[in-house]
Amino acid sequence: MSEEKMVNIFIMGKKYEVPASLTIMTAMEYAGYKYVRGCGCRNGFCGACATVYRIKGEFELKTGLACQTQVQEGMYISQIPSFPTKKAEYDINEVSPDQQVMMSLYPEIYSCIGCNACTNACPQKLPVMQYIAYAQRGDFKACANASFDCVACGLCSVRCPAGITHPQVGELARRLNGKYIAPESKHLTKRVDEIVKGEHEEMIEKLMQTPIEELKNLYNTRDIEK
Amino acid sequence: MLTNEMLESIKKVEATRDERMHAELRKMTAEEKEAILNAFHPDYKDEGFEVLQVGPNKGEKVPTELCHLLQGTSRVLGKDIDLENPDYDTDVLIIGGGGAGSSAAIEADEAGCKVMLVTKLRIGDANTMMAEGGIQAADKENDSPAQHYIDAMGGGHFCNKPELLRKLVCDAPIAIKWLNELGVMFDKEEDGTMVTTHGGGTSRKRMHACKDYSGAEIMRTLRDEVWNRKIPVIDYTAAIELIKDDKGAVAGAVLQNMETGELYVARAKTVIIATGGAGRLHYQGFPTSNHYGATADGLVLAYRAGAPLLYADTIQYHPTGVAYPSQIFGALVTEKVRSLGALLVNIDGVAFMNPLETRDVTASTIIRECKERGKGVPTPDGGYGVWLDTPMIERLHGEGTIEKRIPAMLRMYLEYGIDMRKQPILVYPTLHYQNGGIKIEANGMSDVENLFVAGEAVGGIHGRNRLMGNSLLDVIVFGRNAGKNAAAKAKTIDTVGKLTLSHVDSFEKELEGAGLAGGELSPKLLPDYTRK
Repeated sequence: MSEEKMVNIFIMGKKYEVPASLTIMTAMEYAGYKYVRGCGCRNGFCGACATVYRIKGEFELKTGLACQTQVQEGMYISQIPSFPTKKAEYDINEVSPDQQVMMSLYPEIYSCIGCNACTNACPQKLPVMQYIAYAQRGDFKACANASFDCVACGLCSVRCPAGITHPQVGELARRLNGKYIAPESKHLTKRVDEIVKGEHEEMIEKLMQTPIEELKNLYNTRDIEK
Repeated sequence: MLTNEMLESIKKVEATRDERMHAELRKMTAEEKEAILNAFHPDYKDEGFEVLQVGPNKGEKVPTELCHLLQGTSRVLGKDIDLENPDYDTDVLIIGGGGAGSSAAIEADEAGCKVMLVTKLRIGDANTMMAEGGIQAADKENDSPAQHYIDAMGGGHFCNKPELLRKLVCDAPIAIKWLNELGVMFDKEEDGTMVTTHGGGTSRKRMHACKDYSGAEIMRTLRDEVWNRKIPVIDYTAAIELIKDDKGAVAGAVLQNMETGELYVARAKTVIIATGGAGRLHYQGFPTSNHYGATADGLVLAYRAGAPLLYADTIQYHPTGVAYPSQIFGALVTEKVRSLGALLVNIDGVAFMNPLETRDVTASTIIRECKERGKGVPTPDGGYGVWLDTPMIERLHGEGTIEKRIPAMLRMYLEYGIDMRKQPILVYPTLHYQNGGIKIEANGMSDVENLFVAGEAVGGIHGRNRLMGNSLLDVIVFGRNAGKNAAAKAKTIDTVGKLTLSHVDSFEKELEGAGLAGGELSPKLLPDYTRK
């Protein structure tokens, strides 16, 4: 294997030389940091490792998840493991999916100035400003779908001049959509009724009493849906 | 950058794709499966295990790294802990903020108990958040809980505890309905019919999903509900030891602030361990798909308190972890990729197995293909992988399917310039799941009075090998179950007796007697990846 290529990065301003193949997260560990905050699933799903960075000599402030972003030469890195955001409390059984609910729980979304900084900040490349616009209009289905891949890292909120907590707005829209707007699954309701009435008890009881050898036979010869 | 060898091999994969498109790949016989597991599954390698010399499972083998922690040194030894004046007082104490802990919290709160949830990271930093593929439930006309039972039994090598499995499969549709009514957005047809697929080892298409963010969608909904209910969540605070009362029942825990090191005493009428798995112990040097905190802490706490473990020697290696690129080495490539039709293909472009065998068999067959047959594709890190032929998905189900059904996978690879719609991806097994854990009864209680367990920390539900989609299911079913039963039990307790840590001292004496005192500090709390 050839000699490892190294790059210089700046962790909270301090310079370290690290292998170029690392992510921001593994580079910080290479430099000697042991995470408590700012590290969660390490696989791009939990949003714990929100990070901002600037490349030396460049103007633009960039964002990323530390676990999913490869280091580059001259990268100035700061993590944002926690940022004060707003979470409105509500009872999911008491709200209804109309425009009024957003007005009362997250009125600040109507202060959006349309700067699009949220969308530019999103490491998941979601149309954040657009889904806020859907929420303003009360189109929760569209808001839910557009915000679906959100990992709630909060980088949008960090950049928002209107103080909007976008991930929570998306969360509310998704729950309203999942509970009230998406069509009911009738086969599910039916099966739950059967189970509650005990209609499946006998079959399960019988299986529980079946000797292992017979169970093995049942398993090995069962038909498999195409 | 793909190596030249990879590019050459991709050409062979492309050349054979047409003839593989509708190939019927044979499933193995029971005898073939047994043989391949014996020869290639990591659980069958004796050098990865050690025999416990103290505690309830004395004489049984467990993975070496877990053995050292179970027989490790308690973090409370020599510490001045004031048990007379607890810092927290609650009815139900829940340790762990993943899917099981959150479900338990919601149900215990619903039952009217005072609930407190502690987590060493944040609520939602858990394997639940990372579950991609889906959640099983027999809710279609051609399916039944009994059919689900047979599938899970067979997958688990007929070692599943029948009364636990019964609960899992019968409560499955109820769990899906509960989640749906909390607002979880399941993939549905226009008429409301759930979109369901196969997983490895299923006989019916009963895998429900929320794109490939299934666990994330479930976890964030539960988290939002916990917050809405104003249940106290004490984050960045680990439980480092259970506390008992003078009658030997569990009655709280010693907590430690992960940042300041400060210790607290929490008194509770009942305790639920929902601490999850052990991937970050990297058994046998495997990479892992698990989250940062998956270090088997709950097993250590329960074991010291006298709770036996069940099947702690069985580990699930997910067949398809990322083999390349190195930045995401070991990360999960959801089984749904295979459910959607992608085949496993070797360096010569040959599909070497039916990709929907159970996980243990599939992982073992991939290992055989690389180690014995030399048909793996070498990676720059010195390892190897086999191809997962993802472009087949677009061919089978139409263009745009990958973006619609597995967007997280597409996004993860695009970060490194790999477009899985157009080129296959390299995979190799990764340490994924702890099949075994703490033994419980159907009410969720362990063998120690007032100590309940839920989620991946439980052993017995899945026997010796879990099927895809039964883990997300188990965290919901057994999380809710533990929450309800721990709350009901708490209501029967007027006042908690005198608190004690004497079981920790007794365990330490046992260790001394066996010549094992002075082992590493446990629980481990977090792995250490700093450069040495």
